[in-house]
Amino acid sequence: MTNTGFVFDVLIPVGKIVAVILYPLLMTIVMIWLERRVVALMQKRLGPNRVGFQGILQPFADAFKLFLKEDIMQDQADPLLFKVAPVMVMFSSLLAFCFVPLGEPIRIGTYRLTLWIAQSPVGLLLVLGLSSISVFGVIFGGWASNSKYPLMGALRSVVQILSYEIPIGLTALSVVFFARSIDLVEIVNHQSRAKIWFGFMLPVSFVVFWISAIAETNRAPFDLPEAESELVAGYHTEYSGMKFAFFYIAEYAHMVLVSSLVVLMFFGGWLAPFPNVPALAFLKVIPGFFWYLIKIMFFLYLYVWIRATLPRYRFDELIRLAWKWLIPLSLVNFLVAALLWYIL
Amino acid sequence: MSFKDIELNMGPQHPSTHGVLRLKVSVDNELVLKIEPVVGYLHRGMEKLWESLTYAQVVPMTDRLDYIAAVSNNLAYVLAVEKLMGLEVPKRAQYIRVILAEIQRLASHLAWVGFMANDIGAVSVLLFGFEDREDFLDILETYAGGRLTVHGLRVGGVPYDLDDALIVRIRKSLDELPKKIKDIETLLTKNRIWRHRTEGIGLISAAEAIEHGLTGPALRASGVAWDIRKDIPYSSYEDFDFDVPVLHGGDVYDRYLVRLEEIRQSTGIIRQALDKLPAGEIMAKVPRILKIPAGEVFHSIEAPKGELGFYVRSNGTDKPERVKMKSPSFINLQSLPLMCRGNLFSDIVGILGSLDIVLGEIDK
Repeated sequence: MTNTGFVFDVLIPVGKIVAVILYPLLMTIVMIWLERRVVALMQKRLGPNRVGFQGILQPFADAFKLFLKEDIMQDQADPLLFKVAPVMVMFSSLLAFCFVPLGEPIRIGTYRLTLWIAQSPVGLLLVLGLSSISVFGVIFGGWASNSKYPLMGALRSVVQILSYEIPIGLTALSVVFFARSIDLVEIVNHQSRAKIWFGFMLPVSFVVFWISAIAETNRAPFDLPEAESELVAGYHTEYSGMKFAFFYIAEYAHMVLVSSLVVLMFFGGWLAPFPNVPALAFLKVIPGFFWYLIKIMFFLYLYVWIRATLPRYRFDELIRLAWKWLIPLSLVNFLVAALLWYIL
Repeated sequence: MSFKDIELNMGPQHPSTHGVLRLKVSVDNELVLKIEPVVGYLHRGMEKLWESLTYAQVVPMTDRLDYIAAVSNNLAYVLAVEKLMGLEVPKRAQYIRVILAEIQRLASHLAWVGFMANDIGAVSVLLFGFEDREDFLDILETYAGGRLTVHGLRVGGVPYDLDDALIVRIRKSLDELPKKIKDIETLLTKNRIWRHRTEGIGLISAAEAIEHGLTGPALRASGVAWDIRKDIPYSSYEDFDFDVPVLHGGDVYDRYLVRLEEIRQSTGIIRQALDKLPAGEIMAKVPRILKIPAGEVFHSIEAPKGELGFYVRSNGTDKPERVKMKSPSFINLQSLPLMCRGNLFSDIVGILGSLDIVLGEIDK
């Protein structure tokens, strides 16, 4: 039995660690390709279609090019912070994936293979907390560059992320309140038992969470910290080569992370849709991980769609939206939902 | 961290200064305190160069000024030279000039909508605007062979006649245009973000606009009904029936609406010109080497960007003694600091975009 012990104790954990690093990177690559291609088609262009089938290898080519680029650091930069910033951004998004469950546990004989590295009783808090650490990377990057545009981008980013953390927390609170748990696995299990997803039960929470999540990931129409037409490239203007690639990958990994959270909290994670319709019970045959992927891809597509459609917010409008609309709305939403729960 | 009274250099290498324009911006955090445009990075010494060229050789050089609207530049220059010569251009040539100039206006305004939307962050509209503009560039290419630097006019008339196939082609493009404009409007006109970013931004009153010499759509958006095509008609513009759109907001949003309406009016002018196109010569009798008696003249037209004027002084030889250009972009740019007062850093790009500047014309 030493063999199986070795498999269970060493190989599977190591495999999971490799998977948790590869999964966001793979999703990032798919996402970069999807974004460039879909936006191109929406804009009556072709987009990358030369490298590999339909240009699917284009992100690899891009990464390879960035790898060969000269790594520039200007004289006035703070060397330590300048180097730490991209690592910090990348590290925080990848680490958060440890607590993101990717599917229901798979039974192999007596062994229960869980599709997550750690199930924490405070999983949701950990993920939100780890993903906010990336803001330090952004500040360090902007500050250490010792240049005006990156600094301005970093300042914008700090205010933006701080403002939008609040509605994210408040809407997550309403989900936590109904699920009676901060454990992401438990939140999904609760939706499975209740046979209704929180997205349909708490639509306002979902909408507020999704808007705030777009702002939190610095994506259009809230991409002010890196607003190309204003701040050139925002906080990573001075970065080149792999350091820039780290920021770039981290941004996409963050999007995948946030989409995962939305799916887990509001759309039943790996659960098959229509649990109440007996005629559609055959949908359960498809493994949970695929449902999960499909749902994530939908939200990632939504990111791209929104980006191709909307103009960019201005800074004061962005802050006004958070403080005057989203935060009061999420508070009222939480109160009303809680009251209804006690009354009914 | 304090970010007070810091001087930011926007440009000459910056994604949204529409070329090599440099703006020295003093900011208090996001608020703009002072803004100073610095021009001259694209200076090619055009006006001095023209003094060593014959009158006809100057025409293709004018293409390189406002390279978004080459035919308009040609038109302003050839009209000035013809005025100096006292030359009467055949009616058919005048009509073809109007058609080409208005097609150029359509192309220029469509490109502008794209640039402007891109500055505000609506990247898709950039591509939409450019694709629509492409259609009209193709028409110009079919006519004269050039797309951007068209060289479509000559002193004394136009080099080529409009054939039936091209007329059909132009009509087809005009018929397709309203739907394309509607697509752009769906994405922008009623979009809340777009309106937040443009309404009440970059305000300039009618009196201030006149004081600063603002011309073109920006002036008409401030409530001044001044369009040279209507008020001092040239090249038979008096034959056509069209409205001059005037709005009173004086902000970026109204400049956007005025330009969209001008696109519609221009299609009307082109249609009328095609319908009424008279038969006859397309070139007046002009000697191969132009020798113009000594004298001076100024003539201006309504270019897509505003009043475009040429001052030409002749000393009796085959080369002009002095050509001075009154370029709308250059003069409109000087009201930028005024428009930016009290606005935020993000608004600079939108306001600059709404002025529709081209650096080839500013620096000459």
